[in-house]
Amino acid sequence: MAKITYIEADGTEHVVDIATGKTVMEGARDHNIAGILAECGGACACATCHAYIHHEWFDKLSPANPVEEDMLEFAVDTDPSRSRLTCQITVTDMLDGLIVQLPES
Amino acid sequence: MTHVIVVGAGQAGAALSARLRQQGFEGQITLIGEEPVAPYQRPPLSKKYLTGELPIDRLYLRPASFYADQNITLMTGCRVERIDRAARRVITPRGPLAYDALVLATGGRARRLPQALGGGLDGVYTVRTLADVDAMAPEFVAGRHLFIVGGGYIGLEAAAVARQRGLTVTVLDASSRILNRVASAQTADYIRAQHLAHGVEIIEGETLDHLTGVSRVDGALLSNGRQIPADFAIVGIGLAPATELAEAAGLDVADGITVDALCRTSDPAIYAVGDCASFPHGAGHLRLESVPNAIAMAEAAADAILGHGTPYRPNPWFWSDQYDMSLQIAGLSTGYDRVVSRDSDRGKSFWYFAGARLLAVDAVNDPRAYMLGKRWLEAGLSPNPAHVADASRELKSLGTS
Repeated sequence: MAKITYIEADGTEHVVDIATGKTVMEGARDHNIAGILAECGGACACATCHAYIHHEWFDKLSPANPVEEDMLEFAVDTDPSRSRLTCQITVTDMLDGLIVQLPES
Repeated sequence: MTHVIVVGAGQAGAALSARLRQQGFEGQITLIGEEPVAPYQRPPLSKKYLTGELPIDRLYLRPASFYADQNITLMTGCRVERIDRAARRVITPRGPLAYDALVLATGGRARRLPQALGGGLDGVYTVRTLADVDAMAPEFVAGRHLFIVGGGYIGLEAAAVARQRGLTVTVLDASSRILNRVASAQTADYIRAQHLAHGVEIIEGETLDHLTGVSRVDGALLSNGRQIPADFAIVGIGLAPATELAEAAGLDVADGITVDALCRTSDPAIYAVGDCASFPHGAGHLRLESVPNAIAMAEAAADAILGHGTPYRPNPWFWSDQYDMSLQIAGLSTGYDRVVSRDSDRGKSFWYFAGARLLAVDAVNDPRAYMLGKRWLEAGLSPNPAHVADASRELKSLGTS
């Protein structure tokens, strides 16, 4: 279990407990948090679960694989220093306190 | 607006209900599904759910607690009998329910082989519902022979899973080639080569006379007289939109339930979204069978119900996974007059043009081509076809007009 803070583009904060083994995308979806669409359901095919990881956490995550890197390179409004696809981040106890900022729709 | 009823608890129905709450709707939401289970993702049914890689709890779109948390009344295993438009009620076996707005998210049903062709034999399956796939899963035993009718994405995904599980697989496509309805010959050639390399037998341009067997399928007889033994069969020959409720209620139906740009049917209190809905597109109407369309259209309809709708304009995209091929498709290729292929270090992409205008991109293991193509399509931009074909030119350096 990890406590994760999702911050919508308008500043609305959601602090929720996410079970270990789920992805950060699934955590947002399970709590109906707007801003993470996840059209492909986690197949790393659409980039609609893109979000910004708080700078204190970005380097603590396992790095993106080449497919995710390629998707992020051309996704809308990405920032190489903090963008990730949240379907590719699996929640572990180590991620307790993670802060995720959601992009504008 | 106090009560929104959604008929159909698939991807579109679930997305619409969730969007209403995200947008602050405080009225009653009732989501009614014919299947006995909560909304789930259909795409993995022929992919990672069938291989066993994706467990059932991750197939569900939302956890069981979601519906109560969001104050959404989920009625599963409930088939709506009819719509009483005059009284604004839907009639269900559990009694009538009054609505202020009604949404038809009824999806579609897998087309079946006629009885006369053996479609009613045991061991013949279609791929649409969780129950379909749970029923066929025990048949996937190494060494057995699977016969697949239809070389579209569903059939080819099932073929890939079966080969990975050690089955012998034959795919029959009655048209001149696999993927005839949805992809170019170049894309089909590439994908066929992967299946052949994995040991699938692909028969194209031959028709099925009938599936053989007394009570259970034991093979297939082709029109050319060839007999193919089979332990079970999968029929992947397309989807029929579920329009019965709408038709019986006197709503306009053509190929799907006809809606306007705000997803309203010919009755302005009734909306239709997703696979069952035919929306204005160009000079005519279009119906799309895809998850992204289901979600985007559901969200557009939710906004329209809440009074701040904008005309629905799709940005079509699709995906398929077969073996280690990740196929991503952006745009609609209908009307193309040429296809340009492009190699990249890890994959290949196929670019569809009508004249100088880019219509669609099929990308295999090439997410950069897909992502860039999709952005160009959404912006109405087209790269120069000759430059696309030149792999020595960097994709992102290509100019567009």
